[in-house]
Amino acid sequence: MSNTATTLSTATDAAASTAEAIAGAAETAGHATESAGMPQLDFATFPNQIFWLLVALVIIYTVLSKIALPRIGGILADRHGRITRDIEAAEKLKTQAVEAEKAYNHALIDARNEAAKIVAAAKADIQADLDKATAHADAEIAARAAESSKRIEEVRAGAVASVSDVAKDVAEAIVAALGGAADAKTVAAAVAARMKG
Amino acid sequence: MAGEAGNEALAFHPMDQFKVEPLFDVALDYFAVSNVTQWMGVTVLCIIVLFVLGTGKRAVVPGRLQSVAELAYSFVYKMVEDVSGHDGVKYFPYVFTLFIFIVFSNFIGLIPGAFTTTSHIAVTAVLAMMVFLFVTILGFIKNGFHFLGLFWVSSAPLPLRPILALIELISYFVRPVSHSIRLAGNMMAGHAVIKVFAGFAPLVLMSWIGVAVTPLSILAITAMYGLEILVCFIQAYVFTILTCVYLKDALHPGH
Amino acid sequence: MTGDIVQMGAYIGAGLACMGMGGSAIGVGNVAGNFLAGALRNPSAAAGQTATLFIGIAFAEALGIFSFLVALLLMFAV
Repeated sequence: MSNTATTLSTATDAAASTAEAIAGAAETAGHATESAGMPQLDFATFPNQIFWLLVALVIIYTVLSKIALPRIGGILADRHGRITRDIEAAEKLKTQAVEAEKAYNHALIDARNEAAKIVAAAKADIQADLDKATAHADAEIAARAAESSKRIEEVRAGAVASVSDVAKDVAEAIVAALGGAADAKTVAAAVAARMKG
Repeated sequence: MAGEAGNEALAFHPMDQFKVEPLFDVALDYFAVSNVTQWMGVTVLCIIVLFVLGTGKRAVVPGRLQSVAELAYSFVYKMVEDVSGHDGVKYFPYVFTLFIFIVFSNFIGLIPGAFTTTSHIAVTAVLAMMVFLFVTILGFIKNGFHFLGLFWVSSAPLPLRPILALIELISYFVRPVSHSIRLAGNMMAGHAVIKVFAGFAPLVLMSWIGVAVTPLSILAITAMYGLEILVCFIQAYVFTILTCVYLKDALHPGH
Repeated sequence: MTGDIVQMGAYIGAGLACMGMGGSAIGVGNVAGNFLAGALRNPSAAAGQTATLFIGIAFAEALGIFSFLVALLLMFAV
């Protein structure tokens, strides 16, 4: 093996320095053939490697299975539990909030209904009062009107009476002035007849 | 040779990075502290920092390290649950250990100068054999003799079944081989290719042609490095998901 | 001289083995392309199948890695 490498480099030795350098680089690739091939197949190193591998594996397994894995599993379970709990709590709070809103809406509707009822009652009351007052006023107005018309009638009657009186007096006076002797009874009849006509 | 000194200093073998060497001047036997020990120790330390110190506060709102740890946990947990079913969750720590070890080894191996433990057949073969033996023994314990139904494809026509059984049997025993070589091969290939390109990078110091070659090779190293980051994760993922698939076969061999 | 011929054979073999990597590249492209085609037809089902996609890619890729390994073995270990 090393023979080839050396022959190769001796051959290239004669050539230009470039070729020489490449051969040197190539030699690095094919160089230490003096070392017995692949170190992986050097069986003398196997016991040492296997021994230390087993030691390392036993340490890792013990540390992981006794300390690390239960701890990490615990942390993850813890977190999972906490998240679930938090979500549950949030869910509960949400339902509570929804219930509270429902109750609030309910109360609002109740209050509204109550208010409407009160308004209606008040309206009815007012209407009744108003009606009563109107009726009262109407009655009063009617009474006053009746009284007024009565008085007007009286006045009118009084006026007619005084007109006939005045007419009688005037007629008597006119008759007297004309020189006639007026009989009160005749004058009254004539005036009444005239008044009628 | 003109660039002799530079050549010698910069010459390296693409496979040299995979050499296992003792850190101190001792023979490389079972307990010798080698670079394997060093980098596996780094891996273990990183895992402990992330998963033990990172989650130490048990915060409900996680910090950065804890987020990463939780992400890894849920990722593997979901994978095991989805692929192996609910009774596979019992073996989650085992699968998680494999995944975390491989993913950390792969990424730590990407640090320039680091040793990639998972690029060695010895390491991945042990991992794969552990999965294979675990799954096979578990299959026989859970299902008894029924476990062999895995090889007897009852949906196929009767004359074909023995042939299919042979094929299934072979593919079953090839599982650990492909399982381990896939991981080691991927890691080794990527790192070796990066090193090959790196071997061409110092050419500018030796010759004028390097003016063209050096930027190209540096660009190629960068591109390969990006690809390697992807591959590191995907290979760990594939190793783990295949473990889950084998686990599913062991738990429910009927289908 | 015999060593050189063995070496030459090993290198040629390594080069030939690398052709297998091209095959696996086609395979991986096939898997990913068909997945994409299916995913675009039915995007809602795509998310659940990514695991299958990666398993498919891994199997296709493994064969390419095997040929790469053969090449490496021929170059460095034979």
